[in-house]
Amino acid sequence: ERSNLAGVRHILLVLSGKGGVGKSTISTQLALSLRHSGKKVGILDVDLCGPSIPSMFRVQDNDVHQCDSGWVPVFVDQDKSISLMSIGFLLEKPDDAVVWRGPKKNALIKQFVADVAWGDLDFLIVDTPPGTSDEHISTVEALRPYKPLGAILVTTPQAVSVGDVRRELTFCKKTGLRVLGIVENMSGFVCPHCSECTNIFSKGGGEELAKHAGVPFLGSIPLDPQLSQSLEEGRDFIQEFPKSSAFPALTHIAQQVLDGTLQRSS
Amino acid sequence: QVALLDIDICGPSIPKMMGLEGEQVHQSGSGWSPVYIEENLGVMSVGFLLSSPDDAVIWRGPKKNGLIKQFLRDVDWGEIDYLIVDTPPGTSDEHLSVVQYLSAAHIDGAVIITTPQEVSLQDVRKEINFCHKVKLPIIGVVENMSGFICPKCKNESQIFPPTTGGAEKMCQNLNVSLLGKVPLDPQIGKSCDKGQSFLSEAPESPATTSYRNIIQRIQEYCDQHRFQEEKII
Repeated sequence: ERSNLAGVRHILLVLSGKGGVGKSTISTQLALSLRHSGKKVGILDVDLCGPSIPSMFRVQDNDVHQCDSGWVPVFVDQDKSISLMSIGFLLEKPDDAVVWRGPKKNALIKQFVADVAWGDLDFLIVDTPPGTSDEHISTVEALRPYKPLGAILVTTPQAVSVGDVRRELTFCKKTGLRVLGIVENMSGFVCPHCSECTNIFSKGGGEELAKHAGVPFLGSIPLDPQLSQSLEEGRDFIQEFPKSSAFPALTHIAQQVLDGTLQRSS
Repeated sequence: QVALLDIDICGPSIPKMMGLEGEQVHQSGSGWSPVYIEENLGVMSVGFLLSSPDDAVIWRGPKKNGLIKQFLRDVDWGEIDYLIVDTPPGTSDEHLSVVQYLSAAHIDGAVIITTPQEVSLQDVRKEINFCHKVKLPIIGVVENMSGFICPKCKNESQIFPPTTGGAEKMCQNLNVSLLGKVPLDPQIGKSCDKGQSFLSEAPESPATTSYRNIIQRIQEYCDQHRFQEEKII
């Protein structure tokens, strides 16, 4: 029997030690950028307590259906080039809390990895909650036979965030997960009124960490209210705001992922 | 007399923010000693048990619960007025365990933090439901990162836009108190990174005023609570 992941060419995880740094944002924008390069992308959202992915594509009210091979992922539009799976689709009411201990979370994650009928995908992006616990251990274990491409780690520039992401790097090392690189998010804010740049969350910590740890630095993404707004409304930021401040850095990350996979296959 | 307990086992930020990185925990006859910043402020975190800033705590739920139990049972806090428990994001093991283990001690309540956007509120509504589920009273909600005033032109930007009415609307809808809004201030991150008190470093900042107002409201809530408890006794 053919595994549900057999048609998935590349699997990559988006991790952080820290909460609120923009993992789901990066996962979403990476999917949109890869889609614009003509790729078919899936996002598996294993944040069971705080699933943000469905609303970032404005499909939070969709239901999940079953087919012979398992769950059918939710397509974000008629194009069918981006598909999603998240616990968000399985909740009766959107405000329902998932108050589960580890074992129950682990069981669902195993199902999510094995039982979603993705079909053929160029990329499966796995968005995770912050930390190095049940969700992360279970996800990496379940994905191991499928040889993930690796992980992108997201931090904000300050030391307090970098401090947690250092531990996430250790997690990757210990679990044999290749680090594709580090992204420094929320890196500076350019005032739309006077163009003054303020480093609200400091600057440079992500780049320094990448250097210190000997992993690629994938780039800095500035705070961009148009990006925040797009996510609120479930819009395609990459399509609609190519002149916005976060656009170059986001598309550059996608390009590096594409270049990396080309290298891998050759 | 204040105790700060950090139960974010995977991402312990409190030691760094308090300028206590590198400190270790000492054992005595009466248990683990908290690390004191001041005579009246003691801190405990898994951060103090790790020997390197690169050490990862890769534990499943049961092991995390075990450590939280130890923190609550074996740390010799002494007589304290306030025990503040900092938690990781979510509604899982850490949250269930700390509520369970403290049930006999009677928790005054929870302060819930959000940012203004719907993406954040979405998760916070779940946290509010968690509190209802486990019968944890809610002291109120704080809206953090609420607007940014450019230091040069003084115009305000909503970097994290409250597209659905922010915490204010949510609190109205769910009948919980909005304790206050804290604006973005680059000095906050800087102070935390240096392990210094933002309130002391930037006494004139609008964020300081916000923090102080919020803290006062929390104290008032707790005082009222204590008064009501004493009435019952």
